[in-house]
Amino acid sequence: MRKMTKALLGATTALTLSAGASRASELTLCWAAWDPANALVELSKDFTAQSGTEMKFEFVPWPNFADRILNELNAGGKLCDLLIGDSQWLGGSAENGYYVKLNDFFDKEGIKMSDFAQAAVNAYSTWPKGTPNYWALPAMGDANAWFYRKDWFAKPEIQAEFKAATGRDLAPPTTWPELLETAKFFNGKDIDGKKVYGAAIFTERASEGITMGATQALYANGFKYEMTPGKYDMEGAVNSADAVKGLEEYKELYKCCTPPGYTDAYMGETLDAFKSGQAAMAMNWFAFFPGLVKDENVGGDKIGFFNNPKGTTNASTLGGQGISVVANTDNMDGALAYIKWFAQPDVQKKWWSLGGYAVHNAVLNDPSFKASQPFAADFLVAMNQVQDFWQEPSYAILLQAAQKRLHDYVVADKGTAKEALDGLVKDWTEVFEDDGKL
Amino acid sequence: MPVTDTNTTVLDKAADTAVRATPVPLAYRVRGLSDRSIAWLFILPTIVLLLAINIFPLIWAVYLSFTNFRANRPNAEIEGVGLSNYQRVLNDPDIWQAMQTTAHFVFWTILLQMLIGFALAYLIDRKFRGHAFWTTVILIPMMLSPAVVGNFWRFLYQPQIGLFNYVYSFFTGVEPSSFEMLGSVTLSPWAIIIVDTWMWTPYVMLICLAGLRSIPDYIYEAAEVDRASAWRQFWSITVPMALPFIMLAVLFRAIENFKMFDMVVLLTGGGPGSTTEVASITLKREAFESWRTGRASAFAIILFVAVFGLANIYVKALNRVKQR
Repeated sequence: MRKMTKALLGATTALTLSAGASRASELTLCWAAWDPANALVELSKDFTAQSGTEMKFEFVPWPNFADRILNELNAGGKLCDLLIGDSQWLGGSAENGYYVKLNDFFDKEGIKMSDFAQAAVNAYSTWPKGTPNYWALPAMGDANAWFYRKDWFAKPEIQAEFKAATGRDLAPPTTWPELLETAKFFNGKDIDGKKVYGAAIFTERASEGITMGATQALYANGFKYEMTPGKYDMEGAVNSADAVKGLEEYKELYKCCTPPGYTDAYMGETLDAFKSGQAAMAMNWFAFFPGLVKDENVGGDKIGFFNNPKGTTNASTLGGQGISVVANTDNMDGALAYIKWFAQPDVQKKWWSLGGYAVHNAVLNDPSFKASQPFAADFLVAMNQVQDFWQEPSYAILLQAAQKRLHDYVVADKGTAKEALDGLVKDWTEVFEDDGKL
Repeated sequence: MPVTDTNTTVLDKAADTAVRATPVPLAYRVRGLSDRSIAWLFILPTIVLLLAINIFPLIWAVYLSFTNFRANRPNAEIEGVGLSNYQRVLNDPDIWQAMQTTAHFVFWTILLQMLIGFALAYLIDRKFRGHAFWTTVILIPMMLSPAVVGNFWRFLYQPQIGLFNYVYSFFTGVEPSSFEMLGSVTLSPWAIIIVDTWMWTPYVMLICLAGLRSIPDYIYEAAEVDRASAWRQFWSITVPMALPFIMLAVLFRAIENFKMFDMVVLLTGGGPGSTTEVASITLKREAFESWRTGRASAFAIILFVAVFGLANIYVKALNRVKQR
């Protein structure tokens, strides 16, 4: 009996030790489930080959990504060692101690933030925003942009019809009025024996869809969050006359020109509408563009890209994420080693070549970059004009208020654009008062 | 008989061994327990589980409802805020809007399910040829998962490829893609009511059928002797005697639909805008998206008290009907 007890104890100890050892030599990286995540899996094989660390991945579909991962962080879970989290999470994650501050590590390893695009560093790494307090390494640059059916735009009969109708040549729109005009022109038209629609845009209610879509029109029309940065004085900025005009334009685009049943559409639905040949133009994140170019039906020569058209200014809604080390990790050394490896220029170049959006200057400043993809030049422009949603610790409440007010106005026809934005000022003021910032 | 004798001997020996192997103090203790103690011993695990899973969270939620606690800020100091959370919930027009949406949904689903469910039960109770087969067919929707039903109807309601729009178009001549069941402010609440009615009417039918089958035949026979018409029999015998069952079905469905969440999320996500945002979705958003845990707890307590209070009043009425 004593022998058996000893044997059992020995086996248990060995199992415990081996489990600990295997945990130390593996890392779990959490991100959203989308095209670039697959590219990252491919890229990370190099890290495993070099370091011997096994990489595991937890990819969550976008609509549940924030819910799932923020719950995990709030619960002090140990699921993720590394997290590629949304830029808006930075404030809360930094202040609640969910992310490791990386300044000392960057200094020690010689990782310079000046090696990355400045806009990306501000958006994906810093909290408070724009200060040299780094909580993430820019991992995936992204912005909301547009794509269109180049082959339809090139048809002589359509070009002639457009010229007759509008008095100008058919080309990718450069302003919001042109975008509306072009969408209206295509809407309801029969092309290749099929009824098509003007534009597929974001209208999703539950997570962040309609906010990410409508802000394209708002930012382009001069929408600002505050009159004075850092003062939370939103009256006159959020609900300015230009912002009201921008929101009205977005609603007009939704009402006139989206495919039927398009009341709750985000990334997937927009891609579906375009790939199925229903939409002449569509908005989506740059992250999906490599996949679109490769699409057999609508890719290649049939697709073209353009940045968010101008209103009173040039602006694009920011997407993208930085990669952070989760403070609760059991494998801090491994996680930091991954960040160090990922920051290398060669790795960043390979990341771009696989379909990830590197924002390292070694990639962006490469003379061959602009010609490397049909949308690469637009990406460079977009990353220099991006604007982001609030990154405050209360960002989730601020986002929910925006989702409600915008969807109520744009999709559910409740009230006017001015009332929607006035309501938003009221909601956001209440949040900042609760936070003691007002 | 030798075989039995041998067996008895073996059993006796085994029993003796078991008695000897049982530690004396335990045997003594078990022997010394009263019936009441043994009863407590048996129900104790259940009580502990109930306390841990139901009662403690309830008390904890009551406590949180008086604080500014936010689950996404574990390091922040928790401060008491008195009745402020309750005041803000009760003064929030969005929450009243959600309550109205919930009341609209509960009222119409129950009304439709009771009418159709009782009518189906009445038909099935006629015991026509093949009634067992049709009973099974009718029951199929309630056997499906709400997640499946939600996704399935989302496709049916799709304006371009959905069967619902095409069937409507076939009978009315209206262009299928000219209306959106889930995207229209006026139609979306009814789209959800239709799906819930489709799914849960069989459940109501089953309860009503049990009520109808519980009415003894001799009562109808006596009524026929008295030359009561079928109409009179229906209103004087069938309805009053099945009423406790109908009321029970109303109670079950009302409680279920008051907390309806999954199907609405899958069909409309509360949209368009906030048109179909029922109370449970507002509560979820407040608690797990906005992370205002204190305020969400206050809202949950208000909902709990409302449902509990209404259910109690209703159960008293039900008992009165039963006693009649």
